[in-house]
Amino acid sequence: MVSETSGHRSQSGIAHKAKVEAVNLSFYYGGSKAAIKNVSLAIPEKQITALIGPSGCGKTTLLRCFNRMHDLYDNNRYEGKILLDSTVNLISTKIDPIEVRMRVGMVFQRPNPFPKSIYENVAYGLRIRGESRRRVIDQKVEQSLQQAALWNEVKDRLNDQAYDLSGGQQQRLCIARALATDPELILFDEPTSALDPIATANVEQLMLQLKDKVTMLVVTHSMQQAARISDYTAFMYLGELVEFDQTSKIFSAPAQEKTRDYIGGRFG
Amino acid sequence: MAIALPEQGLIALRKSVSRRQLYSNLFAIVGLISILVALVVLVALIIHLLSQGLTSIDWQFLTSPASSDAEEAGVFIALVGSGLVMLVTTTLAVPVGIAAGIYLEEYARKGWLADLIEINVTNLAGVPSIVYGLLALGLFKYALNLGESIITAGLTLALLVLPVVIVTTREAMRAIPSSLREAAYALGASKWRMVKDHILPYSMGSILTGIIIGLSRAIGETAPLVTIGALTFITFLPDSPIQPTFPFISFSWLLSPFTVLPIQMFSWVSRPDLAFEAKAAAAGAVLLALTLLMNGFASFLRYRLRKGIKW
Repeated sequence: MVSETSGHRSQSGIAHKAKVEAVNLSFYYGGSKAAIKNVSLAIPEKQITALIGPSGCGKTTLLRCFNRMHDLYDNNRYEGKILLDSTVNLISTKIDPIEVRMRVGMVFQRPNPFPKSIYENVAYGLRIRGESRRRVIDQKVEQSLQQAALWNEVKDRLNDQAYDLSGGQQQRLCIARALATDPELILFDEPTSALDPIATANVEQLMLQLKDKVTMLVVTHSMQQAARISDYTAFMYLGELVEFDQTSKIFSAPAQEKTRDYIGGRFG
Repeated sequence: MAIALPEQGLIALRKSVSRRQLYSNLFAIVGLISILVALVVLVALIIHLLSQGLTSIDWQFLTSPASSDAEEAGVFIALVGSGLVMLVTTTLAVPVGIAAGIYLEEYARKGWLADLIEINVTNLAGVPSIVYGLLALGLFKYALNLGESIITAGLTLALLVLPVVIVTTREAMRAIPSSLREAAYALGASKWRMVKDHILPYSMGSILTGIIIGLSRAIGETAPLVTIGALTFITFLPDSPIQPTFPFISFSWLLSPFTVLPIQMFSWVSRPDLAFEAKAAAAGAVLLALTLLMNGFASFLRYRLRKGIKW
């Protein structure tokens, strides 16, 4: 498997080791046609990879394959492989989706904290892993909130309701919640589309700070955002991966005409 | 360039607008009258009941057993009977109903079978209560040989309340946005953890409200209990659940004969002695007070449990 895909890697000039790799991945909603068609994509470790493309191109659908979110709804079907560390196939029916979600975190389009306290929101992932030592949880909650650049704003009111926070703070809380369990990959589904420009800037800066800790895959509706934060960019169209390369290359000299048209604002 | 409306057209337009406003106001008046009719009837009913019965309600009335002497007759046995029957009903219907609701909403695969079950459960909530009485007569009283007892009555009313509990549980759970479910799943929660930590706590306020509304329907039921043979005249209490001798707890009260408030009321109404009519009104007032108390408790719970939970 590794030899088969290494050719693809050198061809597109990917310099980093792959953390997660989709190999000939297809996905079907219910019994309908493929929403993702034969996508092969190697996501570089400890880098930010952006998924861009026009609405309905399948970028969110692709993202949700990586933590088996589609398993929550009946009759969805995957084909191909998603390899984590070149060994574990995340979409194998032999792997429990819970195991996948323990290793792959996710941040959603709209902030969705639980209607519980700030502290309990961050602690929840640890609690479902069976952690009950107060000291360990306290420490991890503080560390995660600090990593999410939220600690200074909430350290005096950890027991307040998460809903009392502003939208941008809620989204950073959701990032802290995902970080608390030390995921190897975090999926971001248009994480700033419900936020104002200042909150967006905060979240983007936070993502850049997290780069040395975790691999990130971001769906974004905004090409500017992809250009600002990502190291690699994948352009999707009609369920297919059109082009994947370093972000600088995609935005300056795309190889495919379709990519050039989209970047140039010809459609989308 | 916009063309100015000619004078003629403007007059016609204003006419049409005022005509439509008239229809709109007419409907508001019809709606108001409908509400007033319903309210006036309800208030008249309560006033009538209280004016007849209020003088009869005193401590003696609440603590005395039934008697053939109108002066001495009280609702104590019926009150205890209602309480015990509701206890059995609640113990059976609430856990089973919530569990069934959770299963149907979160675990069952969606498909024609789930739809069929849903339609059936919803329809069961509207089945006339006397039909449940007939079912209970055949099943609990004769087939299971439970007799004309508190357990038979409790089981019967539990059947009556069960669909209400299931439907409310499902509706309460459905109201929780899927983004919260996905948030829990994305952290690695199993289905049961997600239900236990999130769905149930967030929907508990609405579920409890539904349960109490179902139970306050059950506490006023007469027909199914008459069908299974509740006594209309009884002067002794069921066995006490706490006994002075080993093993100290007894369940023989479950098999005791009983009566409940609405049946007591019915039996007094059907007596020729006019003095009993006031007693019946008094029993009705007690029943009404119980129902209002339960509904008030439901509102209180809803307020308490929903505080701080919003999305």
